[in-house]
Amino acid sequence: MTRLFVDDIEIDVPPEYSLLQACEEAGAEIPRFCYHERLSIAGNCRMCLVEVKGGPPKPTASCAVAVRDLRPGPHGELPVVLTKSPMVKKAREGVMEFLLINHPLDCPICDQGGECDLQDQAMAFGVDASRYAENKRAVEDKYIGPLVKTSMNRCIHCTRCVRFTAEVAGTGDMGAIGRGEDMEITTYLETAMGSELQGNVADLCPVGALLPKPYAFKARSWELTKTQSIDVMDAVGSAIRVDTRGREVMRILPRANDAVNEEWISDKARQVVDGLKARRLDRPYVRKNGKLAPASWQEAFAAVAQKVKDARPERIGAIAGDLCAVEDMFALQGLLCSLGSASLDCRQDGTRLDPRFGRASYLFNPTIAGIDEADGLVLVGANPRKEAPVLNARIRKRWLKGGFPVVVIGEQADLTYPYKYLGSGPQTLRAFVEHPPASMERPIVLVGQGALARPDGLAVLALAAEAAAAAGSGWNGLAILHTAAARVGGLDLGFVPGAGGLDAAAMAKAGALDVLFNLGADEIDVEPGAFVVYQGTHGDRGAARADVILPGATYTEKSGTYVSTEGRVQQADRANFPPGEAREDWAILRALSDVLGARLPFDSLAALRARLYAEHPHLARLDEIAAGSALDLDALLAAAPAATAAPFVSAVADFYTTNPIARASAVMAECSALSQSLMRRAAE
Amino acid sequence: MLEDKDRIFTNLYGYGDWGLKGALARGAWDNTKKLIDKGKDWIINEMKASGLRGRGGAGFPTGLKWSFMPKADPTRPSYLVVNADESEPGTCKDREIMRNDPHLLIEGCLVASFAMEAHACYIYVRGEFILERQRLEAAIEQAYAAKLVGKNNIHGWPFDIYVHHGAGAYICGEETALLESLEGKKGMPRLKPPFPANMGLYGCPTTVNNVESIAVAPTILRRGAAWFASFGAKNNAGTKIFSISGHVNKPCNVEEAMSIPFRELIDTHCGGIRGGTDNLLAVIPGGSSVPLVPAHEILDAPMDFDSLRNLKSGLGTAAVIVMDKSTDIVRAIARLSYFYKHESCGQCTPCREGTGWLWRVVTRMAEGRAHKREIDMLLEVTTQIEGHTICALGDAAAWPVQGLIRHFRHEIERRIDDYAANPHPEPVLGVAAE
Amino acid sequence: MSVRRLAEEQPETFAFTPESEALCAEILAKYPEGRQASAVISLLWIAQKQNDYWLPKPAIELVAERLGMAYIRVLEIATFYTMFNLAPVGRFYIQMCGTTPCLLAGSEGLAAILRRRVGEQGVVTPDGLFSWREVECLGACCNAPMVQINDDYYEDLNPERFEKLLDDLAAGRPVEIGSQTGRVSSEPIGGLTSLTTLYGADGRHGPLSMPVTTQARG
Repeated sequence: MTRLFVDDIEIDVPPEYSLLQACEEAGAEIPRFCYHERLSIAGNCRMCLVEVKGGPPKPTASCAVAVRDLRPGPHGELPVVLTKSPMVKKAREGVMEFLLINHPLDCPICDQGGECDLQDQAMAFGVDASRYAENKRAVEDKYIGPLVKTSMNRCIHCTRCVRFTAEVAGTGDMGAIGRGEDMEITTYLETAMGSELQGNVADLCPVGALLPKPYAFKARSWELTKTQSIDVMDAVGSAIRVDTRGREVMRILPRANDAVNEEWISDKARQVVDGLKARRLDRPYVRKNGKLAPASWQEAFAAVAQKVKDARPERIGAIAGDLCAVEDMFALQGLLCSLGSASLDCRQDGTRLDPRFGRASYLFNPTIAGIDEADGLVLVGANPRKEAPVLNARIRKRWLKGGFPVVVIGEQADLTYPYKYLGSGPQTLRAFVEHPPASMERPIVLVGQGALARPDGLAVLALAAEAAAAAGSGWNGLAILHTAAARVGGLDLGFVPGAGGLDAAAMAKAGALDVLFNLGADEIDVEPGAFVVYQGTHGDRGAARADVILPGATYTEKSGTYVSTEGRVQQADRANFPPGEAREDWAILRALSDVLGARLPFDSLAALRARLYAEHPHLARLDEIAAGSALDLDALLAAAPAATAAPFVSAVADFYTTNPIARASAVMAECSALSQSLMRRAAE
Repeated sequence: MLEDKDRIFTNLYGYGDWGLKGALARGAWDNTKKLIDKGKDWIINEMKASGLRGRGGAGFPTGLKWSFMPKADPTRPSYLVVNADESEPGTCKDREIMRNDPHLLIEGCLVASFAMEAHACYIYVRGEFILERQRLEAAIEQAYAAKLVGKNNIHGWPFDIYVHHGAGAYICGEETALLESLEGKKGMPRLKPPFPANMGLYGCPTTVNNVESIAVAPTILRRGAAWFASFGAKNNAGTKIFSISGHVNKPCNVEEAMSIPFRELIDTHCGGIRGGTDNLLAVIPGGSSVPLVPAHEILDAPMDFDSLRNLKSGLGTAAVIVMDKSTDIVRAIARLSYFYKHESCGQCTPCREGTGWLWRVVTRMAEGRAHKREIDMLLEVTTQIEGHTICALGDAAAWPVQGLIRHFRHEIERRIDDYAANPHPEPVLGVAAE
Repeated sequence: MSVRRLAEEQPETFAFTPESEALCAEILAKYPEGRQASAVISLLWIAQKQNDYWLPKPAIELVAERLGMAYIRVLEIATFYTMFNLAPVGRFYIQMCGTTPCLLAGSEGLAAILRRRVGEQGVVTPDGLFSWREVECLGACCNAPMVQINDDYYEDLNPERFEKLLDDLAAGRPVEIGSQTGRVSSEPIGGLTSLTTLYGADGRHGPLSMPVTTQARG
């Protein structure tokens, strides 16, 4: 630790701290534009200048100097950093003036207005008038993709976006061409960025040069109500903030959570917003004469009740989809239980994961933050860049630090970091288990659903578990990467077939059931036969096959619990209300249970949660990862069939269209089309 | 005046043979092994004792710089990088060394690399010097063929020397920008610390020296530190190539003793000021980056680091730009402001935004299309750039303008008055053509 | 500098000639393993020289692929360093130094000639022979004013000598590179003031003198 004075305050900070961090530790506010704690240090905006007593007679960029580089005074006095001296004040005013001479005065029509670093810092550290009498610089706007709009007159050349795409995203999309006052931020000849994290550059931009394109001119920041939530576009559990105006979700932004998403979110998480409004199921429907017709809740419930009454318990089943909150699945599980059915499944993709092998058999055990501590990575049938872009950025971050070999068993894809390709299928994995590389002591064996959602999934899981077990003790490297936000919650609840019950694939077979409750499962084809009660939000595949539609709520429209791929229990708050007659899902099930004569024993969400927590205590511990039960390798080996030779295929073919909300989004459709055409061009 | 026997660059003008044969005849490569055998500590101490200060502009003691290099580490090889990106307006001395006496530089590279335990040296030549680069490469080839350098050379210090080139960027003369450029990036100066001696080329310990600093080293070691230190005033030792351009009768490069008075330098070698000494207006004594000095202050000033600093200017690269009374002094400085605007890398806010501001205002002032209050504003803008940037280009852009205002404020005011008396609607020259 | 953009009309492809390939291989050998990006300026330069002194888009992409760099990184280099011409230039591409030392020595007179004979900066004459730009200090200040034409410096110019130089180039007559007044390099005109004990006062009659005619290349 190093002691120093910041103004009059003595502090003790780690020697690797920058002066800027030390000043913040002492409570001094340091303005900055280029500095960002998750990016490399550029030191180019010169806004964070401070005075170092006894140092050179000029101000010092506090972001770029480490505390340990300070010299003590001639008599061993502690170093002194001044943040409010006349020199510092003058330096900040000077830099601010330079930043503003070529910055347009278009704040009233700038989307960044109200949440602009330049605005705020000009107010706090600038002077009130400009002395610049020349013409302002005009810079051509650039096309850099469908998600980020540019207004390059406003750019202050902090290079955060350049550093983000080079360092975090790893696609190196952006650069600064030219030099001097004509330097311009752009992509290569204005091609679209190729990263699944590109939207983050708009957050990083401290001014209004890079802005979210779909949100352009839609709202002002001060009109928005901000609600904390959790992203469900993948199973990472990224922390998000949902901004609403009235009933409408206007935008989604990341929240910082160092353990999960740091402060990034994927483009799907951010820009799926228009999908929340399009193709919504806003009233119940009942199929009459082969066609879905609008109905009242009573009519819809009555139609369901009729069918349930006529069906034997073993001819009733339920499938839960990928976006369900734990509460919804708990209610449906309770309903099925009281109807006497054991056929329920939350694994519409057919993954072989099963809670009976222990909780550790289906979690990302090393945890996401644990990637930082690992010393190697084995990817088995996974493309984390498509399946969990934010987690992939974490892997890349670890790789950048060095000493982190990556090997791939499965598809060869551009993951944004280099890797050694070992082979395509289970034989390669077996060979790897038999001859593990000695260099890895804390490896992560990351298994994707592409390796598990197949007939020999259990065999693959067993091999992966063996590969992980070969590593040192005290480190559980088996890392299951889920793609569905609801999946771990469902497995935690035991939303899998009971004794004699059918699994999802069996339930979907023609004639397997009389009544199928489909809770937002849109990735599975239900064959003819069963009477399908679809409860969901969008007019997607599930609704098309439904006989009764019960309109539910999306993740922004309800308070819900989600358990992430690493087993972290998180709760999303309600940001807005479901449209029309749609209702929160637990409440629909509660009302339906009354009509079916199998009343669920709770009248409020609080009561539901009280029961939920009683049965599953770990779900009450928000933001934590419960240890859970260990992986039962013996049981797993006993259950595992022989592995086939089929190559692994990633579970996500098209990142932008993995769920009904994303498929309803025009923005995601545009991104999807663009990425498909890029892939085609690359293949040529 | 310096005698020929004490001149290091004995083929400065290319009247002799630039090749190995000529170099040997002039005493280069003369028992270099003996110097090497005295060991690295002796070399560094001798360089320190000679008082040689870096010839690239900043004047940092060369021996001291060499002593900063850490001990050899096989995982992080040390590098010597020679800065031959000579681009400071007024400066054209390294060009002559490279094309006329390249073996002095090559021998210096070997000796310096040995002293810093470097087995590889890169010489970064500015892109425009194509002939000079080819000449240097040819000389290196001769040295390899004669086993003077190379993996297995007669000096017993395995050593490779490579020529690298730029492609038009003044900023690459800044040592860390040069390293960035050498690594294949834009020439944008790095933050310091870490200094190149710890984290230089490819993250390895590196020393960057000017061509002249390296080229004089073998002669200093051969003839002794005391010999070199005997020239020039205290703390300003040695001989130095002066590049004299502008309004003298015979512009030239010449090697002279440090601290030679300006008048003597010009009269002895340059045939005097054009139109006589009385016709002198001002001098930029150390390349475009230092403030100008008016005639009456410079005439009898010794040309060295300390004397010129006392005149609020500097020796810089010893590129003496002479301006007689026919000079449009405001335009001359405005042209330099354009230079810095053109060459700013664009990294730091004050330099990126400020150099263009300076240029536009000074250009208006050259025509008198300004307000007198803008003179002080301009001066303040220069102080907002100076000392606020990563590298010294910001300072270099500020100083010429500061020198102009310090010594020729009356001239700017006269033009403003003239224009106010006779305003016209034509656009401002230069700025309009932008 | 001003905003630099790639030319609108671009060739479909670019490939190094065998001679260029050999040069590239030589360049790449200079840098340690894994540091091949160091060669980016040299490779772009080789491409530019091969392509009539301007750098086409496919060459930028080829160099990027060759060195394992993102396209944007190489575009950054090509636009940052001003010796890369991003659009076609004349067969004689004239870079006229306009910085203060040359300005003091009369570079404006040269610029006037260029504007009259060649036209505005960056414009190629209809016969394809000439184009020009004002550039910053080329480091031959003792021989000001001067221009660089393609690879070579032409020094100690004045309007008459410059017009003659342009005439000779246009007519395909041989020209001398370097000083146009017969100076060998940057010695004082009309006799040496130093090194006379080695070369004599005229530079030709000392113990180290050698028959010097003109500035020779290589």
